[in-house]
Amino acid sequence: MRTSKLRKIKKYLPLYLMLAPGIIYLIINNYMPMSGIVVAFKNYNYQKGIFASPWNGIKNFIFLFRTNDAWIITRNTICYNLVFIIIGTVVSITISIILSELKAERAKKAYQTVILLPFLISIVVVSYIVYGFLNTEYGNINHLLVNAGKEKISWYSTPGYWPFILVIVNLWKNMGYNTVLYYATLIGIDTSYYEAAVVDGASRWQRIRYITIPSLLPTISILTLMSVSKIFYSDFGLFYQVPMNSGPLLDVTNTIDTYVYRGLMETSNIGMSAAAGVYQSIVGFILVLLANWLVGRFDKDSTLF
Amino acid sequence: MVEGSKKFQIIANIIMVLLCAFCILPLWLLFSSSITSEKTLITEGYSFIAREIDFAAYKYILIDSKQLLRGYGLSALVTIAGTLCNLTLTTLFAYPLTRKELPGRKAISFFLFFTMLFNGGLVPSYIMWTQTFQIKNTIWALIVPNLLMSAFNIIMMRTYLTTNVPEEIVDAAKIDGAGEFKILARIIMPMSKSILSTLALLVGLGYWNDWLNGLYYVNNDKLYTTQVLLNKMLLDTQFLMSSASHGMSIDTSKLPSTGIKMAIAVMGILPVLIVYPFLQKYLVKGITIGAVKG
Repeated sequence: MRTSKLRKIKKYLPLYLMLAPGIIYLIINNYMPMSGIVVAFKNYNYQKGIFASPWNGIKNFIFLFRTNDAWIITRNTICYNLVFIIIGTVVSITISIILSELKAERAKKAYQTVILLPFLISIVVVSYIVYGFLNTEYGNINHLLVNAGKEKISWYSTPGYWPFILVIVNLWKNMGYNTVLYYATLIGIDTSYYEAAVVDGASRWQRIRYITIPSLLPTISILTLMSVSKIFYSDFGLFYQVPMNSGPLLDVTNTIDTYVYRGLMETSNIGMSAAAGVYQSIVGFILVLLANWLVGRFDKDSTLF
Repeated sequence: MVEGSKKFQIIANIIMVLLCAFCILPLWLLFSSSITSEKTLITEGYSFIAREIDFAAYKYILIDSKQLLRGYGLSALVTIAGTLCNLTLTTLFAYPLTRKELPGRKAISFFLFFTMLFNGGLVPSYIMWTQTFQIKNTIWALIVPNLLMSAFNIIMMRTYLTTNVPEEIVDAAKIDGAGEFKILARIIMPMSKSILSTLALLVGLGYWNDWLNGLYYVNNDKLYTTQVLLNKMLLDTQFLMSSASHGMSIDTSKLPSTGIKMAIAVMGILPVLIVYPFLQKYLVKGITIGAVKG
Protein backbone atom coordinates (compact mmCIF):
# COMPACT_ATOMS: atom_id res chain seq x y z
CA MET A 1 0.00 0.00 0.00
CA ARG A 2 2.69 2.42 1.03
CA THR A 3 5.04 1.56 -1.80
CA SER A 4 2.21 1.91 -4.28
CA LYS A 5 1.46 5.33 -2.91
CA LEU A 6 5.12 6.25 -3.17
CA ARG A 7 5.23 4.97 -6.70
CA LYS A 8 2.17 7.01 -7.52
CA ILE A 9 3.74 10.16 -6.16
CA LYS A 10 6.91 9.42 -8.08
CA LYS A 11 4.91 8.90 -11.23
CA TYR A 12 3.22 12.25 -10.87
CA LEU A 13 6.25 14.08 -9.49
CA PRO A 14 6.89 16.03 -12.72
CA LEU A 15 3.32 17.33 -12.65
CA TYR A 16 3.67 18.40 -9.02
CA LEU A 17 6.93 20.11 -9.89
CA MET A 18 5.11 22.09 -12.56
CA LEU A 19 2.51 23.18 -10.03
CA ALA A 20 5.04 24.11 -7.37
CA PRO A 21 6.04 27.64 -8.52
CA GLY A 22 2.42 28.66 -8.89
CA ILE A 23 1.47 27.24 -5.51
CA ILE A 24 4.32 29.10 -3.86
CA TYR A 25 3.22 32.31 -5.56
CA LEU A 26 -0.38 31.85 -4.43
CA ILE A 27 0.76 31.25 -0.87
CA ILE A 28 2.85 34.43 -0.88
CA ASN A 29 0.63 36.72 -2.91
CA ASN A 30 -2.80 35.55 -1.79
CA TYR A 31 -2.80 33.36 1.30
CA MET A 32 -0.27 35.21 3.45
CA PRO A 33 -2.23 38.47 3.16
CA MET A 34 -5.38 36.53 4.04
CA SER A 35 -3.84 35.51 7.33
CA GLY A 36 -2.77 39.13 7.68
CA ILE A 37 -6.35 40.27 8.09
CA VAL A 38 -5.86 39.77 11.83
CA VAL A 39 -4.22 43.19 11.64
CA ALA A 40 -7.75 44.61 11.70
CA PHE A 41 -8.17 43.21 15.21
CA LYS A 42 -4.89 44.63 16.46
CA ASN A 43 -3.43 47.89 17.57
CA TYR A 44 -0.85 47.87 14.78
CA ASN A 45 2.69 48.85 15.57
CA TYR A 46 5.25 49.17 12.75
CA GLN A 47 8.16 48.03 14.88
CA LYS A 48 6.44 44.90 16.14
CA GLY A 49 4.87 43.79 12.87
CA ILE A 50 1.45 42.23 12.35
CA PHE A 51 1.62 39.24 14.64
CA ALA A 52 3.43 40.75 17.63
CA SER A 53 1.23 43.85 17.83
CA PRO A 54 -1.19 43.81 20.77
CA TRP A 55 -4.79 42.70 20.21
CA ASN A 56 -7.56 45.21 20.59
CA GLY A 57 -10.60 43.12 19.67
CA ILE A 58 -13.16 44.78 17.46
CA LYS A 59 -12.29 48.33 18.52
CA ASN A 60 -11.15 49.24 14.99
CA PHE A 61 -14.52 48.18 13.64
CA ILE A 62 -16.40 50.08 16.34
CA PHE A 63 -14.43 53.23 15.53
CA LEU A 64 -14.96 52.72 11.80
CA PHE A 65 -18.72 52.27 12.01
CA ARG A 66 -19.09 55.19 14.40
CA THR A 67 -17.74 57.54 11.75
CA ASN A 68 -19.86 59.00 9.03
CA ASP A 69 -17.28 57.69 6.55
CA ALA A 70 -18.40 54.09 6.92
CA TRP A 71 -21.83 55.01 5.64
CA ILE A 72 -20.53 57.27 2.87
CA ILE A 73 -18.06 54.76 1.45
CA THR A 74 -20.61 51.94 1.55
CA ARG A 75 -23.27 54.08 -0.10
CA ASN A 76 -20.90 55.37 -2.79
CA THR A 77 -19.44 51.95 -3.61
CA ILE A 78 -22.82 50.28 -3.94
CA CYS A 79 -24.75 53.09 -5.64
CA TYR A 80 -22.09 53.80 -8.28
CA ASN A 81 -21.82 50.10 -9.06
CA LEU A 82 -25.59 49.76 -9.41
CA VAL A 83 -25.77 52.71 -11.80
CA PHE A 84 -22.75 51.42 -13.76
CA ILE A 85 -24.36 47.99 -14.08
CA ILE A 86 -27.77 49.28 -15.20
CA ILE A 87 -26.58 51.93 -17.65
CA GLY A 88 -23.69 49.80 -18.89
CA THR A 89 -25.93 46.82 -19.60
CA VAL A 90 -28.63 48.81 -21.39
CA VAL A 91 -26.14 50.73 -23.54
CA SER A 92 -24.02 47.70 -24.45
CA ILE A 93 -27.02 45.60 -25.37
CA THR A 94 -28.42 48.39 -27.53
CA ILE A 95 -25.12 48.86 -29.33
CA SER A 96 -24.61 45.15 -29.88
CA ILE A 97 -28.11 44.78 -31.33
CA ILE A 98 -27.54 47.71 -33.68
CA LEU A 99 -24.19 46.21 -34.69
CA SER A 100 -25.74 42.85 -35.43
CA GLU A 101 -28.48 44.44 -37.57
CA LEU A 102 -25.98 46.34 -39.71
CA LYS A 103 -25.32 45.06 -43.19
CA ALA A 104 -21.95 46.57 -44.08
CA GLU A 105 -19.40 44.08 -42.73
CA ARG A 106 -16.46 46.44 -42.95
CA ALA A 107 -18.20 49.26 -41.10
CA LYS A 108 -19.27 46.79 -38.44
CA LYS A 109 -15.70 45.80 -37.82
CA ALA A 110 -14.48 49.38 -37.77
CA TYR A 111 -17.15 50.40 -35.25
CA GLN A 112 -16.24 47.50 -33.00
CA THR A 113 -12.57 48.42 -33.14
CA VAL A 114 -13.21 52.04 -32.24
CA ILE A 115 -15.66 51.31 -29.43
CA LEU A 116 -13.25 48.92 -27.75
CA LEU A 117 -10.39 51.43 -27.90
CA PRO A 118 -11.07 53.25 -24.60
CA PHE A 119 -10.90 49.91 -22.79
CA LEU A 120 -7.16 49.82 -23.55
CA ILE A 121 -6.39 53.24 -22.13
CA SER A 122 -5.00 53.18 -18.60
CA ILE A 123 -7.08 55.02 -16.04
CA VAL A 124 -4.17 57.39 -15.38
CA VAL A 125 -4.31 58.59 -18.97
CA VAL A 126 -8.08 58.80 -18.65
CA SER A 127 -7.49 61.21 -15.76
CA TYR A 128 -5.42 63.39 -18.07
CA ILE A 129 -8.19 63.42 -20.63
CA VAL A 130 -10.77 64.37 -18.02
CA TYR A 131 -8.35 67.05 -16.81
CA GLY A 132 -8.14 68.36 -20.38
CA PHE A 133 -11.89 68.85 -20.36
CA LEU A 134 -12.40 70.06 -16.81
CA ASN A 135 -9.30 72.01 -15.77
CA THR A 136 -10.48 75.38 -14.48
CA GLU A 137 -7.99 77.56 -16.37
CA TYR A 138 -7.28 75.67 -19.59
CA GLY A 139 -10.05 73.12 -19.68
CA ASN A 140 -11.96 72.70 -22.90
CA ILE A 141 -15.37 72.97 -21.29
CA ASN A 142 -14.62 76.13 -19.34
CA HIS A 143 -13.36 77.79 -22.51
CA LEU A 144 -16.58 76.87 -24.24
CA LEU A 145 -18.52 78.31 -21.30
CA VAL A 146 -16.56 81.54 -21.41
CA ASN A 147 -17.05 81.84 -25.17
CA ALA A 148 -20.77 81.37 -24.62
CA GLY A 149 -20.66 84.23 -22.13
CA LYS A 150 -21.05 82.06 -19.04
CA GLU A 151 -19.07 81.79 -15.82
CA LYS A 152 -16.21 79.30 -15.45
CA ILE A 153 -16.99 76.30 -13.29
CA SER A 154 -14.51 75.04 -10.75
CA TRP A 155 -15.16 71.38 -11.58
CA TYR A 156 -12.66 69.84 -9.20
CA SER A 157 -14.22 71.47 -6.18
CA THR A 158 -17.92 71.13 -7.01
CA PRO A 159 -19.18 67.73 -5.84
CA GLY A 160 -22.59 68.01 -7.52
CA TYR A 161 -21.26 67.25 -11.02
CA TRP A 162 -19.15 64.25 -10.14
CA PRO A 163 -21.73 61.48 -10.02
CA PHE A 164 -22.50 62.30 -13.66
CA ILE A 165 -18.86 62.71 -14.66
CA LEU A 166 -17.88 59.38 -13.12
CA VAL A 167 -20.77 57.57 -14.79
CA ILE A 168 -19.85 59.03 -18.19
CA VAL A 169 -16.16 58.21 -17.75
CA ASN A 170 -16.96 54.67 -16.68
CA LEU A 171 -19.33 54.23 -19.61
CA TRP A 172 -16.74 55.59 -22.03
CA LYS A 173 -14.10 53.20 -20.77
CA ASN A 174 -16.09 50.00 -20.37
CA MET A 175 -18.89 50.16 -22.92
CA GLY A 176 -16.79 48.48 -25.61
CA TYR A 177 -15.86 45.56 -23.40
CA ASN A 178 -19.47 44.72 -22.60
CA THR A 179 -20.54 45.29 -26.19
CA VAL A 180 -17.99 42.71 -27.35
CA LEU A 181 -19.45 40.22 -24.88
CA TYR A 182 -23.07 40.70 -25.91
CA TYR A 183 -22.20 40.85 -29.58
CA ALA A 184 -20.40 37.50 -29.30
CA THR A 185 -23.60 35.96 -27.93
CA LEU A 186 -25.68 37.61 -30.64
CA ILE A 187 -23.68 36.27 -33.56
CA GLY A 188 -24.01 32.85 -31.99
CA ILE A 189 -27.80 32.87 -32.37
CA ASP A 190 -29.05 30.33 -34.88
CA THR A 191 -29.89 32.31 -38.04
CA SER A 192 -32.72 29.93 -38.96
CA TYR A 193 -34.86 31.59 -36.27
CA TYR A 194 -34.54 34.90 -38.07
CA GLU A 195 -35.18 33.35 -41.46
CA ALA A 196 -38.35 31.73 -40.15
CA ALA A 197 -39.42 35.02 -38.60
CA VAL A 198 -38.91 36.86 -41.89
CA VAL A 199 -40.98 34.24 -43.72
CA ASP A 200 -43.74 34.75 -41.15
CA GLY A 201 -43.61 38.48 -41.84
CA ALA A 202 -42.17 39.61 -38.51
CA SER A 203 -40.96 43.19 -38.41
CA ARG A 204 -37.42 44.12 -37.35
CA TRP A 205 -38.68 45.24 -33.99
CA GLN A 206 -40.61 41.97 -33.49
CA ARG A 207 -37.51 39.96 -34.36
CA ILE A 208 -35.47 41.88 -31.81
CA ARG A 209 -38.18 41.65 -29.19
CA TYR A 210 -38.99 37.95 -29.60
CA ILE A 211 -35.73 36.37 -30.77
CA THR A 212 -32.71 38.56 -29.98
CA ILE A 213 -33.54 39.67 -26.46
CA PRO A 214 -34.71 36.26 -25.20
CA SER A 215 -31.50 34.72 -26.60
CA LEU A 216 -29.46 37.30 -24.75
CA LEU A 217 -31.20 36.70 -21.42
CA PRO A 218 -28.85 34.01 -20.07
CA THR A 219 -25.80 36.16 -20.85
CA ILE A 220 -27.47 39.23 -19.38
CA SER A 221 -28.38 37.49 -16.15
CA ILE A 222 -24.98 35.88 -15.73
CA LEU A 223 -22.96 39.01 -16.46
CA THR A 224 -25.23 41.08 -14.22
CA LEU A 225 -24.93 38.65 -11.34
CA MET A 226 -21.15 38.58 -11.80
CA SER A 227 -21.09 42.37 -11.56
CA VAL A 228 -23.39 42.30 -8.56
CA SER A 229 -20.97 39.96 -6.82
CA LYS A 230 -18.30 42.64 -7.23
CA ILE A 231 -20.53 45.43 -6.02
CA PHE A 232 -18.45 45.97 -2.90
CA TYR A 233 -15.32 46.65 -4.94
CA SER A 234 -14.60 49.77 -6.95
CA ASP A 235 -12.11 50.83 -9.61
CA PHE A 236 -9.56 52.63 -7.43
CA GLY A 237 -8.19 54.74 -10.28
CA LEU A 238 -11.62 55.94 -11.35
CA PHE A 239 -12.44 57.23 -7.89
CA TYR A 240 -8.99 58.39 -6.83
CA GLN A 241 -7.08 59.60 -9.91
CA VAL A 242 -9.88 60.84 -12.14
CA PRO A 243 -11.14 63.34 -9.50
CA MET A 244 -7.42 64.12 -8.81
CA ASN A 245 -7.72 63.11 -5.15
CA SER A 246 -9.58 66.36 -4.58
CA GLY A 247 -10.67 66.93 -0.98
CA PRO A 248 -13.93 68.84 -1.57
CA LEU A 249 -15.20 65.95 -3.73
CA LEU A 250 -14.68 63.23 -1.12
CA ASP A 251 -18.35 63.05 -0.24
CA VAL A 252 -19.21 61.76 -3.71
CA THR A 253 -15.91 60.09 -4.68
CA ASN A 254 -14.82 58.20 -1.58
CA THR A 255 -15.33 54.44 -1.93
CA ILE A 256 -14.16 51.55 0.21
CA ASP A 257 -11.02 51.12 -1.91
CA THR A 258 -10.00 54.79 -1.80
CA TYR A 259 -10.76 54.91 1.92
CA VAL A 260 -8.49 51.93 2.60
CA TYR A 261 -5.73 53.49 0.52
CA ARG A 262 -5.96 56.89 2.19
CA GLY A 263 -6.00 55.32 5.65
CA LEU A 264 -2.91 53.31 4.83
CA MET A 265 -0.81 55.82 2.89
CA GLU A 266 -2.01 59.32 3.67
CA THR A 267 -3.51 59.50 7.14
CA SER A 268 -1.69 56.52 8.72
CA ASN A 269 -4.90 55.24 10.18
CA ILE A 270 -3.97 51.60 9.72
CA GLY A 271 -6.47 50.17 12.19
CA MET A 272 -9.55 51.64 10.58
CA SER A 273 -8.17 51.16 7.09
CA ALA A 274 -7.61 47.45 7.78
CA ALA A 275 -11.06 47.17 9.33
CA ALA A 276 -12.62 48.66 6.20
CA GLY A 277 -10.62 46.18 4.10
CA VAL A 278 -11.88 43.21 6.11
CA TYR A 279 -15.43 44.55 5.92
CA GLN A 280 -15.02 44.64 2.12
CA SER A 281 -13.47 41.16 1.88
CA ILE A 282 -16.13 39.49 3.99
CA VAL A 283 -19.19 41.16 2.50
CA GLY A 284 -17.63 40.65 -0.95
CA PHE A 285 -17.15 36.96 -0.23
CA ILE A 286 -20.77 36.53 0.85
CA LEU A 287 -21.96 38.34 -2.27
CA VAL A 288 -19.90 36.09 -4.57
CA LEU A 289 -21.36 32.98 -2.96
CA LEU A 290 -24.85 34.41 -3.21
CA ALA A 291 -24.44 35.44 -6.85
CA ASN A 292 -23.02 32.06 -7.76
CA TRP A 293 -25.94 30.31 -6.14
CA LEU A 294 -28.34 32.51 -8.08
CA VAL A 295 -26.50 31.91 -11.39
CA GLY A 296 -26.78 28.20 -10.66
CA ARG A 297 -30.53 28.54 -10.46
CA PHE A 298 -30.64 30.11 -13.94
CA ASP A 299 -28.08 27.96 -15.65
CA LYS A 300 -26.10 25.17 -14.01
CA ASP A 301 -23.24 25.28 -16.54
CA SER A 302 -22.43 28.93 -16.03
CA THR A 303 -21.64 28.88 -12.34
CA LEU A 304 -18.14 29.70 -11.21
CA PHE A 305 -17.96 26.65 -8.97
CA MET B 1 -40.26 46.78 -46.41
CA VAL B 2 -37.10 47.50 -48.39
CA GLU B 3 -37.63 51.23 -47.92
CA GLY B 4 -37.90 50.81 -44.13
CA SER B 5 -34.80 48.66 -44.06
CA LYS B 6 -32.76 51.26 -45.90
CA LYS B 7 -33.89 53.94 -43.49
CA PHE B 8 -32.96 51.72 -40.58
CA GLN B 9 -29.47 51.12 -41.96
CA ILE B 10 -28.89 54.84 -42.35
CA ILE B 11 -30.07 55.68 -38.85
CA ALA B 12 -28.14 52.78 -37.33
CA ASN B 13 -24.96 53.90 -39.08
CA ILE B 14 -25.45 57.46 -37.89
CA ILE B 15 -25.84 56.25 -34.30
CA MET B 16 -22.70 54.15 -34.57
CA VAL B 17 -20.68 57.00 -36.06
CA LEU B 18 -21.77 59.27 -33.22
CA LEU B 19 -20.78 56.63 -30.69
CA CYS B 20 -17.40 56.24 -32.33
CA ALA B 21 -16.95 60.00 -32.14
CA PHE B 22 -17.78 59.82 -28.43
CA CYS B 23 -15.02 57.22 -28.06
CA ILE B 24 -12.40 58.95 -30.20
CA LEU B 25 -12.85 62.66 -29.53
CA PRO B 26 -11.50 62.59 -25.96
CA LEU B 27 -8.33 60.96 -27.28
CA TRP B 28 -8.14 63.57 -29.98
CA LEU B 29 -8.40 66.33 -27.38
CA LEU B 30 -5.45 64.80 -25.58
CA PHE B 31 -3.37 64.69 -28.75
CA SER B 32 -4.40 68.11 -29.98
CA SER B 33 -3.57 69.65 -26.59
CA SER B 34 -0.12 68.14 -26.70
CA ILE B 35 0.77 69.83 -29.99
CA THR B 36 -0.73 73.23 -29.28
CA SER B 37 1.79 75.99 -28.66
CA GLU B 38 2.09 77.21 -25.11
CA LYS B 39 0.86 80.69 -26.02
CA THR B 40 -2.30 79.37 -27.65
CA LEU B 41 -2.92 77.05 -24.71
CA ILE B 42 -2.89 79.96 -22.30
CA THR B 43 -5.37 82.01 -24.30
CA GLU B 44 -7.58 79.28 -25.70
CA GLY B 45 -7.08 76.32 -23.39
CA TYR B 46 -7.10 72.68 -24.43
CA SER B 47 -9.06 72.57 -27.65
CA PHE B 48 -9.83 70.11 -30.40
CA ILE B 49 -8.29 72.26 -33.09
CA ALA B 50 -4.86 73.65 -32.38
CA ARG B 51 -4.55 77.10 -33.91
CA GLU B 52 -0.79 77.15 -33.59
CA ILE B 53 0.98 73.82 -33.78
CA ASP B 54 4.14 73.36 -31.81
CA PHE B 55 6.01 70.18 -30.98
CA ALA B 56 8.03 71.76 -28.17
CA ALA B 57 6.51 69.46 -25.58
CA TYR B 58 7.66 66.40 -27.54
CA LYS B 59 11.06 67.89 -28.11
CA TYR B 60 11.40 68.43 -24.40
CA ILE B 61 10.29 64.97 -23.27
CA LEU B 62 12.19 63.13 -26.00
CA ILE B 63 15.40 65.10 -26.17
CA ASP B 64 15.94 67.32 -23.14
CA SER B 65 14.50 65.11 -20.46
CA LYS B 66 15.88 61.68 -19.74
CA GLN B 67 13.02 60.81 -17.43
CA LEU B 68 10.46 59.80 -20.01
CA LEU B 69 12.81 57.70 -22.12
CA ARG B 70 13.99 55.92 -19.02
CA GLY B 71 10.36 55.32 -18.03
CA TYR B 72 9.65 53.96 -21.50
CA GLY B 73 12.53 51.53 -21.30
CA LEU B 74 11.49 50.42 -17.85
CA SER B 75 7.86 49.97 -18.93
CA ALA B 76 9.02 47.81 -21.83
CA LEU B 77 11.31 45.76 -19.61
CA VAL B 78 8.66 45.22 -16.95
CA THR B 79 6.04 44.34 -19.58
CA ILE B 80 8.23 41.82 -21.38
CA ALA B 81 9.71 40.19 -18.28
CA GLY B 82 6.39 40.16 -16.45
CA THR B 83 4.47 38.70 -19.37
CA LEU B 84 7.04 35.96 -19.95
CA CYS B 85 7.06 34.95 -16.28
CA ASN B 86 3.30 35.09 -16.10
CA LEU B 87 2.81 32.88 -19.16
CA THR B 88 5.35 30.39 -17.85
CA LEU B 89 3.66 30.14 -14.49
CA THR B 90 0.21 29.97 -16.07
CA THR B 91 1.13 27.19 -18.50
CA LEU B 92 2.92 25.19 -15.82
CA PHE B 93 -0.13 25.44 -13.59
CA ALA B 94 -2.84 24.90 -16.19
CA TYR B 95 -1.47 21.76 -17.80
CA PRO B 96 -1.37 19.47 -14.71
CA LEU B 97 -4.92 20.56 -13.87
CA THR B 98 -6.13 19.05 -17.14
CA ARG B 99 -4.86 15.60 -16.10
CA LYS B 100 -7.89 14.00 -14.53
CA GLU B 101 -5.96 11.17 -12.89
CA LEU B 102 -3.63 13.46 -10.93
CA PRO B 103 -4.09 12.80 -7.19
CA GLY B 104 -5.08 15.97 -5.36
CA ARG B 105 -6.23 17.76 -8.51
CA LYS B 106 -9.53 18.83 -6.98
CA ALA B 107 -7.86 20.23 -3.87
CA ILE B 108 -5.33 22.18 -5.93
CA SER B 109 -8.08 23.56 -8.15
CA PHE B 110 -9.93 24.74 -5.09
CA PHE B 111 -6.75 26.23 -3.63
CA LEU B 112 -6.42 28.21 -6.84
CA PHE B 113 -10.05 29.08 -7.14
CA PHE B 114 -10.47 30.31 -3.61
CA THR B 115 -8.15 33.24 -4.37
CA MET B 116 -10.86 34.55 -6.69
CA LEU B 117 -13.43 34.53 -3.92
CA PHE B 118 -11.57 35.95 -0.99
CA ASN B 119 -8.59 38.20 -0.49
CA GLY B 120 -6.73 39.79 2.36
CA GLY B 121 -7.01 43.28 0.95
CA LEU B 122 -4.50 46.07 0.56
CA VAL B 123 -3.37 46.61 4.15
CA PRO B 124 -1.99 43.12 4.92
CA SER B 125 -0.55 42.81 1.39
CA TYR B 126 1.21 46.13 1.71
CA ILE B 127 2.65 45.29 5.12
CA MET B 128 3.80 41.89 3.89
CA TRP B 129 5.47 43.09 0.67
CA THR B 130 7.21 46.00 2.33
CA GLN B 131 8.19 44.44 5.68
CA THR B 132 8.59 40.71 5.08
CA PHE B 133 9.87 40.85 1.52
CA GLN B 134 11.44 44.33 1.56
CA ILE B 135 10.22 44.89 -1.97
CA LYS B 136 9.91 48.68 -1.75
CA ASN B 137 11.85 50.56 -4.44
CA THR B 138 13.09 47.48 -6.25
CA ILE B 139 12.18 46.42 -9.76
CA TRP B 140 10.43 43.38 -8.28
CA ALA B 141 7.80 45.71 -6.88
CA LEU B 142 6.70 46.48 -10.44
CA ILE B 143 6.56 42.85 -11.55
CA VAL B 144 5.65 40.54 -8.71
CA PRO B 145 2.69 41.77 -6.61
CA ASN B 146 -0.70 40.71 -8.01
CA LEU B 147 0.26 40.70 -11.69
CA LEU B 148 2.52 37.68 -11.90
CA MET B 149 -0.21 35.06 -12.02
CA SER B 150 -3.98 35.08 -11.89
CA ALA B 151 -6.44 32.31 -11.17
CA PHE B 152 -8.67 33.70 -13.88
CA ASN B 153 -6.07 33.22 -16.64
CA ILE B 154 -5.17 29.75 -15.43
CA ILE B 155 -8.79 28.68 -15.53
CA MET B 156 -9.11 30.17 -19.02
CA MET B 157 -6.10 28.20 -20.21
CA ARG B 158 -7.19 25.00 -18.48
CA THR B 159 -10.60 25.23 -20.14
CA TYR B 160 -8.93 25.82 -23.49
CA LEU B 161 -6.65 22.81 -23.07
CA THR B 162 -9.45 20.47 -21.98
CA THR B 163 -11.56 21.38 -25.00
CA ASN B 164 -8.78 21.60 -27.60
CA VAL B 165 -6.22 18.96 -26.71
CA PRO B 166 -7.62 15.42 -26.93
CA GLU B 167 -6.58 13.16 -24.06
CA GLU B 168 -5.57 10.46 -26.54
CA ILE B 169 -2.70 12.56 -27.83
CA VAL B 170 -1.21 12.86 -24.36
CA ASP B 171 -1.80 9.16 -23.69
CA ALA B 172 -0.13 8.20 -26.96
CA ALA B 173 2.89 10.34 -26.17
CA LYS B 174 3.17 8.69 -22.77
CA ILE B 175 3.12 5.25 -24.33
CA ASP B 176 5.94 6.39 -26.57
CA GLY B 177 7.88 7.13 -23.40
CA ALA B 178 7.73 10.93 -23.39
CA GLY B 179 8.14 12.57 -19.97
CA GLU B 180 5.67 15.16 -18.71
CA PHE B 181 7.94 18.13 -19.44
CA LYS B 182 8.53 16.85 -22.94
CA ILE B 183 4.78 16.46 -23.49
CA LEU B 184 4.24 20.00 -22.27
CA ALA B 185 6.94 21.46 -24.49
CA ARG B 186 6.41 19.39 -27.63
CA ILE B 187 2.67 18.79 -27.68
CA ILE B 188 0.77 21.12 -25.40
CA MET B 189 2.65 24.36 -26.11
CA PRO B 190 2.43 24.15 -29.92
CA MET B 191 -1.28 23.44 -29.63
CA SER B 192 -1.83 26.43 -27.33
CA LYS B 193 -0.47 29.15 -29.58
CA SER B 194 -3.82 30.84 -29.90
CA ILE B 195 -4.64 30.93 -26.18
CA LEU B 196 -1.07 31.92 -25.33
CA SER B 197 -1.23 34.90 -27.71
CA THR B 198 -4.54 35.95 -26.21
CA LEU B 199 -3.21 35.69 -22.67
CA ALA B 200 0.03 37.44 -23.63
CA LEU B 201 -1.97 40.35 -24.93
CA LEU B 202 -4.15 40.64 -21.82
CA VAL B 203 -1.24 40.21 -19.41
CA GLY B 204 1.02 42.54 -21.40
CA LEU B 205 -1.65 45.22 -21.48
CA GLY B 206 -2.03 44.78 -17.72
CA TYR B 207 1.69 45.31 -17.16
CA TRP B 208 2.02 48.23 -19.56
CA ASN B 209 -0.95 50.03 -18.03
CA ASP B 210 -0.16 49.22 -14.43
CA TRP B 211 0.48 52.11 -12.10
CA LEU B 212 -0.89 50.70 -8.83
CA ASN B 213 2.20 48.70 -7.89
CA GLY B 214 4.26 51.80 -8.62
CA LEU B 215 1.94 53.89 -6.48
CA TYR B 216 2.15 51.51 -3.55
CA TYR B 217 5.74 50.34 -3.62
CA VAL B 218 7.90 52.83 -5.53
CA ASN B 219 8.94 56.36 -4.68
CA ASN B 220 12.36 56.44 -6.29
CA ASP B 221 12.15 58.32 -9.59
CA LYS B 222 14.72 55.99 -11.19
CA LEU B 223 12.07 53.26 -11.02
CA TYR B 224 9.16 55.16 -12.55
CA THR B 225 7.55 53.44 -15.51
CA THR B 226 5.66 55.64 -17.95
CA GLN B 227 2.36 55.09 -16.15
CA VAL B 228 3.85 55.68 -12.71
CA LEU B 229 5.50 58.83 -14.00
CA LEU B 230 2.19 60.04 -15.41
CA ASN B 231 0.49 59.26 -12.16
CA LYS B 232 3.01 61.23 -10.12
CA MET B 233 2.89 64.16 -12.52
CA LEU B 234 -0.85 64.43 -12.45
CA LEU B 235 -0.82 65.46 -8.83
CA ASP B 236 2.54 67.23 -8.96
CA THR B 237 3.17 69.34 -12.05
CA GLN B 238 6.56 70.47 -10.96
CA PHE B 239 7.89 66.95 -10.68
CA LEU B 240 9.17 66.57 -14.21
CA MET B 241 10.76 69.99 -14.27
CA SER B 242 12.62 69.51 -11.03
CA SER B 243 13.79 65.97 -11.63
CA ALA B 244 14.68 66.15 -15.28
CA SER B 245 17.10 68.97 -15.56
CA HIS B 246 19.73 68.01 -13.03
CA GLY B 247 23.02 69.43 -14.20
CA MET B 248 21.47 71.02 -17.26
CA SER B 249 20.81 74.68 -17.25
CA ILE B 250 17.31 74.73 -18.66
CA ASP B 251 15.26 77.75 -17.87
CA THR B 252 12.32 75.97 -16.27
CA SER B 253 10.06 78.98 -16.57
CA LYS B 254 10.16 78.62 -20.36
CA LEU B 255 9.14 74.98 -20.36
CA PRO B 256 5.86 74.16 -22.04
CA SER B 257 4.43 72.82 -18.81
CA THR B 258 0.77 72.73 -19.84
CA GLY B 259 1.49 70.83 -23.02
CA ILE B 260 4.07 68.44 -21.57
CA LYS B 261 1.58 66.61 -19.41
CA MET B 262 -0.60 65.87 -22.39
CA ALA B 263 2.39 64.90 -24.53
CA ILE B 264 3.55 62.33 -21.98
CA ALA B 265 0.04 60.95 -21.73
CA VAL B 266 0.03 60.57 -25.52
CA MET B 267 3.37 58.78 -25.37
CA GLY B 268 1.93 56.52 -22.68
CA ILE B 269 -0.83 55.18 -24.92
CA LEU B 270 1.06 55.31 -28.22
CA PRO B 271 2.50 51.76 -28.11
CA VAL B 272 -0.92 50.38 -27.25
CA LEU B 273 -2.53 52.28 -30.13
CA ILE B 274 0.14 51.03 -32.53
CA VAL B 275 -0.20 47.33 -31.75
CA TYR B 276 -3.95 47.31 -31.14
CA PRO B 277 -5.18 47.05 -34.76
CA PHE B 278 -2.96 44.01 -35.35
CA LEU B 279 -3.92 42.20 -32.16
CA GLN B 280 -7.58 43.17 -31.91
CA LYS B 281 -8.66 39.68 -32.94
CA TYR B 282 -6.89 38.15 -29.94
CA LEU B 283 -8.22 40.79 -27.59
CA VAL B 284 -11.82 40.16 -28.61
CA LYS B 285 -11.22 36.43 -28.25
CA GLY B 286 -9.73 36.92 -24.81
CA ILE B 287 -12.65 38.99 -23.61
CA THR B 288 -15.24 36.53 -24.85
CA ILE B 289 -13.70 33.27 -23.65
CA GLY B 290 -12.75 34.87 -20.35
CA ALA B 291 -16.29 35.87 -19.53
CA VAL B 292 -18.30 33.08 -21.08
CA LYS B 293 -16.44 30.36 -19.26
CA GLY B 294 -14.31 31.87 -16.53
